[in-house]
Amino acid sequence: MTVPVLLPTPRRLIDATIDGETVRVPEGTTVLEACSSAGTEVPTLCHGDTLTPRNACRVCVVEVEGARTLAPACSRKLEEGMSVATDSERVRHSRKLVLELLGSSVDLSTTPKVSEWMERYEAEPERFGPRAEPAALGVRDARRAGEHEPGDGGAAATVEQPAKVDNDLYVRDYSKCIMCYKCVDACGDQWQNTFAIGVAGRGFDARISTEHDVELPDSACVYCGNCIEVCPTGALSFATEFDMRAAGTWDEESQTETTTICTYCGVGCNVTLHVQENEIVKVTSPHDNPVTHGNLCIKGRFGFQHVQRRGDG
Amino acid sequence: MDLRLLDEVATDAERDAVDTLLGAPESGWEGGTRQDSDLRYARGGHAARDRRDLLLPALHAVNDRVGWISRGALNHICRRLTVPPAEAYAVASFYAMFALHERPRRVVHLCTDIACAASGSGGLRDRLNARLGPPGGHPDGPEAPGTTWHESPCLGLCERAPAALALEAGSPARYAVAAPATPDSLDDLADAPPPETESAASAEDGPAHDGAHAPDDTTGTDGTDGTADGSANAAPPTPAGAVNVDNGRSPDSHRPGTTTYASDPLLGGAPEPDPAAAVPDAGSPGHVLLSRIGRVDPLSLDDYRAAGGYSALREALRLGPAGVIREVTDSGLVGRGGAAFPTGRKWNATAQQPDTPHYLVCNADESEPGTFKDRVLMEGDPFSVVEAMTVAGYAIGARTGYLYIRGEYPRALRHLENALSLARERGLLGPDVLGSGFSFDIEIRRGAGAYICGEETAIFGSIEGQRGEPRTKPPFPVEKGLFGKPTAVNNVETLVNVLPVLLMGGPAYAAVGTKGSTGPKLFCVSGGVRRPGLYELPFGATLGDLVEAAGGMPEGRSIRAVLLGGAAGTFVRGDELDIPLTFEGARAAGTSLGSGVVLVLDDTADLGATLARVAAFFRDESCGQCVPCRVGTVRQEESLLRLRSGASPARELPLLREVGRAMRDASICGLGQTAWNAVESAIDRLGLYSGTGPDGSGAADPDHPRDPDPAHTPAPGDRAATEEAR
Repeated sequence: MTVPVLLPTPRRLIDATIDGETVRVPEGTTVLEACSSAGTEVPTLCHGDTLTPRNACRVCVVEVEGARTLAPACSRKLEEGMSVATDSERVRHSRKLVLELLGSSVDLSTTPKVSEWMERYEAEPERFGPRAEPAALGVRDARRAGEHEPGDGGAAATVEQPAKVDNDLYVRDYSKCIMCYKCVDACGDQWQNTFAIGVAGRGFDARISTEHDVELPDSACVYCGNCIEVCPTGALSFATEFDMRAAGTWDEESQTETTTICTYCGVGCNVTLHVQENEIVKVTSPHDNPVTHGNLCIKGRFGFQHVQRRGDG
Repeated sequence: MDLRLLDEVATDAERDAVDTLLGAPESGWEGGTRQDSDLRYARGGHAARDRRDLLLPALHAVNDRVGWISRGALNHICRRLTVPPAEAYAVASFYAMFALHERPRRVVHLCTDIACAASGSGGLRDRLNARLGPPGGHPDGPEAPGTTWHESPCLGLCERAPAALALEAGSPARYAVAAPATPDSLDDLADAPPPETESAASAEDGPAHDGAHAPDDTTGTDGTDGTADGSANAAPPTPAGAVNVDNGRSPDSHRPGTTTYASDPLLGGAPEPDPAAAVPDAGSPGHVLLSRIGRVDPLSLDDYRAAGGYSALREALRLGPAGVIREVTDSGLVGRGGAAFPTGRKWNATAQQPDTPHYLVCNADESEPGTFKDRVLMEGDPFSVVEAMTVAGYAIGARTGYLYIRGEYPRALRHLENALSLARERGLLGPDVLGSGFSFDIEIRRGAGAYICGEETAIFGSIEGQRGEPRTKPPFPVEKGLFGKPTAVNNVETLVNVLPVLLMGGPAYAAVGTKGSTGPKLFCVSGGVRRPGLYELPFGATLGDLVEAAGGMPEGRSIRAVLLGGAAGTFVRGDELDIPLTFEGARAAGTSLGSGVVLVLDDTADLGATLARVAAFFRDESCGQCVPCRVGTVRQEESLLRLRSGASPARELPLLREVGRAMRDASICGLGQTAWNAVESAIDRLGLYSGTGPDGSGAADPDHPRDPDPAHTPAPGDRAATEEAR
């Protein structure tokens, strides 16, 4: 029996220029992909390697010659003859401002690499004034679209509020949320198809929310933790990590990562166990796995406690 | 799909509101009675998901009937449309006119935007505050009025500022407009009767009530009196899209044949003046676009035809689609929504797409502060909008056109619903338009209080039942627009211009106006002039000519500044009245026409307060998707508020410029890109806070010279087609 061999459609090669260097890439390549293969670092926050670009954070903007506005590198595809600047004055300005605007309104303390970028672009988030007091739990969720208290501009508004701890498995600390949409996409039609969360509200009051802000156990959440997997800022974290950070015992340096195979069912998902002092503290999954792309179910993600029950029964 | 819903049940009224729109549920899966047969199949897949675009109409149905959307009601909508509740909540919470917490049935929206603020809405706000408590609140107690209130962005009634709009949920819903609003007229609107109990509210759904308030504007149509007639149990409504042949109407309130609002105002409201009152020189022989306003009954198709209506459609059918596009291209017509993109090119690009179906979207989400031209056209000459949409649909090869109207325009909605219903009855819409074999119909979609939905890609999300968030271009709407299909989005005024193009012929139309700006143009004049209103002038008049046409300034008043193009536009000085009102003339003067707003601020105006209001507007109306706009608009407002309370301009202005530049460069859509225009022009042109006098060269800040190239400055009002215009 002959079986057709499925080959991807051949893609034409196109020539474009990035920072003055000519690059030859297959048609459909994004500016970001071309930059990473050329070794040019472009900061990204909302871009996910397993998700469709939302280009919401705008920290990856680049200057396309002839265009009126800057373009997001993560989603703009290179075109024949396109000339892109990734480090022009305009680009540096917008990246700096994006980092400052985020830094002044969101807690970026657990966002990897962000302090390095802040330094590179000379961002000073504190120049927008002292931070406003965090909102009480539920206040931001109750805000009506298209309305706000103007205040006197004396303090910089933030999205800070207490963390939402409503289940044993993971914590939602929306003070750290930059609204990258990745958790919503991972929970929704891009991976999990559970649709437990959405982006509610509008403008600065936009927030990730279950329906009517009900607690997770009342929502459609199935605790697959795939939202944690894609969260770029640590707003979503394992309860173990959240508690250890609060207690000051979280020590990422000393942790080991071991990738193994989940023992629960026959799919054979890869799980990466993060171990600190001989205890599993969190579980991730390799994004380059061709079957699961970093996704797991509740068992693989959170069902590790039995491994650690030693000698007491 | 297997949905997990909250354990909450919809009330009878909520259920009836939704089922009247969607038809009776067909099975237990859809929220009907569960039958044995339901256990053998699950309704889902594409058939269920394809109804997602009915989410916004369903939310409206509940909000119109009971005044807010409860958990039970949202559950019922989700079950009926197979939408996950978190997504439905995400959509409902996007819009300012929907409430997700219980509130009184009557809501007064008091406009506090630029034009109304300049006409004293501040005092009215204090009045409502004293009477009803802070915005969103309402007095408690059994005898307390069943009314709440909100401050509103521009209601599009600027020629009669200050304005207020009251909406009252019920069956049918009612509205009243107070413009110009006085403390007394607001008191009348605020003193709604105490909230009714659930049983009283549903008793009101009975036929007697409907009979008492039978709309008077639907003569000639059959059975158009309201959405619910108490017969839901006896005769189950048909599913959405199907027309119930028994009584000749569709139960589907977003389709014509039903009216959303009763024609008589709510208790305490005064009747509105004639739409023609907005056109001070109505009946002027020079009018092309406004020629029928005030001369024909906007509710009568016969009047419209007697005044030359539908001759352009006949001409279009004679020319064929390619001929129509040729005429429109020859006419030099460009979009009137703000971006000034050539209409012929847009239509041609859409018509040539191999992907089908093609869609037409008429953008009637006119929300740019200071703009009311589309409202006057829709209220005063609704059939022309319907005819023009039919012509456009014919040209681009569309079978369905969506008319997306903002939720704050109840009378325009009523007149359009009537127009569609009459046009369909006479075969001017439907499977065989004028016997030509061309099939075209129009669906009205109503916004719910979101400026951003007038952006040309956000409008797709809103119609599709998603959040109204702009999409990244490319791909452009002509390739992938509504439902991912080739789509032409046109502003109301642009479409209405197509009728004279066809009647005069493209070249003759192109001879009107100037070389770079052809045809007639509507200007929305508001603020301190003697006769604010809608003016039609051929392109080429100067700003001074227009101010003069509007009666000039009252004795002893002088012009401090003119805001051209709305909140997304730019201020010019009172001594710059020689600016020609053409696209090229405005561009040369470093400003832009935008949507045709000319808002005159006299020497008594508080410019600092005006700027703070503009900044608050953008903060409120940002969709929140991208960081530069979501946080930048907040920081811009904060800085302007600090300046108002005396902060050092030397410190604040550089900060404002940096934020503004990032918003302009890095925001996704025209909202963020233009959010800094007005502020920048006030600093640089008017010299506000810069301490450099009115020449305002920005000398206080030598490190950041003003962008010398106006091409870098997006057009004001440019929520549509910003990228395309580049």
